[in-house]
Amino acid sequence: MTYLTVLSALGGGALIGLASAWLLFFHNRTAGISGIAVGILPPFQQDIGWRLWFLAGLVISAPLWKLFGGSVHIQIDTPLIVLASAGLLVGYGTRLGGGCTSGHGICGNARLSVRSIVATLLFMTTAVITVFIVRHGF
Amino acid sequence: MNSNFSTFISGLLFGLGLVMAQMTNPVKVLGFLDVAGNWDPTLALVMVGALLTLGILQWFMRKRLKQTQDTDRDLLVSPKAKIDAKLIAGSAVFGIGWGLSGFCPGPALVGLTSGLVGSYVFVGAMFIGFFVFNRLHRDR
Repeated sequence: MTYLTVLSALGGGALIGLASAWLLFFHNRTAGISGIAVGILPPFQQDIGWRLWFLAGLVISAPLWKLFGGSVHIQIDTPLIVLASAGLLVGYGTRLGGGCTSGHGICGNARLSVRSIVATLLFMTTAVITVFIVRHGF
Repeated sequence: MNSNFSTFISGLLFGLGLVMAQMTNPVKVLGFLDVAGNWDPTLALVMVGALLTLGILQWFMRKRLKQTQDTDRDLLVSPKAKIDAKLIAGSAVFGIGWGLSGFCPGPALVGLTSGLVGSYVFVGAMFIGFFVFNRLHRDR
């Protein structure tokens, strides 16, 4: 943990908070990524437009960051079959639970929603247990 | 400002925050979740930065927010919403997927421009998971 990684984590978090505040104040929407993304699937709703625009901004962020000299580190060491299973669990689980790291973890917690606090503690716990079993168990 | 462009900017800021904080790197995320190994606690600061920023901005905007509260917004993260079995089961399942991969939805979508097959596989499976949920639980 260096000074720079601390600053970039805090600064990155602040940007995420600003983006969430932007969507809340100007559009009265919760910046929950799983909730925004699920809305582009059928049954199609009238509000698909803003979702696509938001997701376009999200996806284009990494190349834009690179364009202005930033570096993007993405390293995946997980086998594809595990990634596929994990993707299914994340997709289904976030919708069943009504939010993910952004919707519950940031927006809901910032509103002091008990539901979101419980959800955050739960997914953090099962994630830590899963990593423990994969890396140190058996 | 055009409304669509404005939501685009929000998504862009969100993504830049994830990239800057290195939340988009699954190996880094797994290092954060690996409390029994060579634990890297820096990513906890992402949540600290985000909650402080959003919390402070919400406090300044509290009057306006009160007028619009819960009309249109996602009720699932509302302070008034009740805890139920779906919340418990769904969050637990999400955590398992997060722990297996190091990907949650936002960073996974940002990873689509990385050109890595793993990103495509994860995001494809995630959307299948969304779709399955829609088919099974469309009780609205």
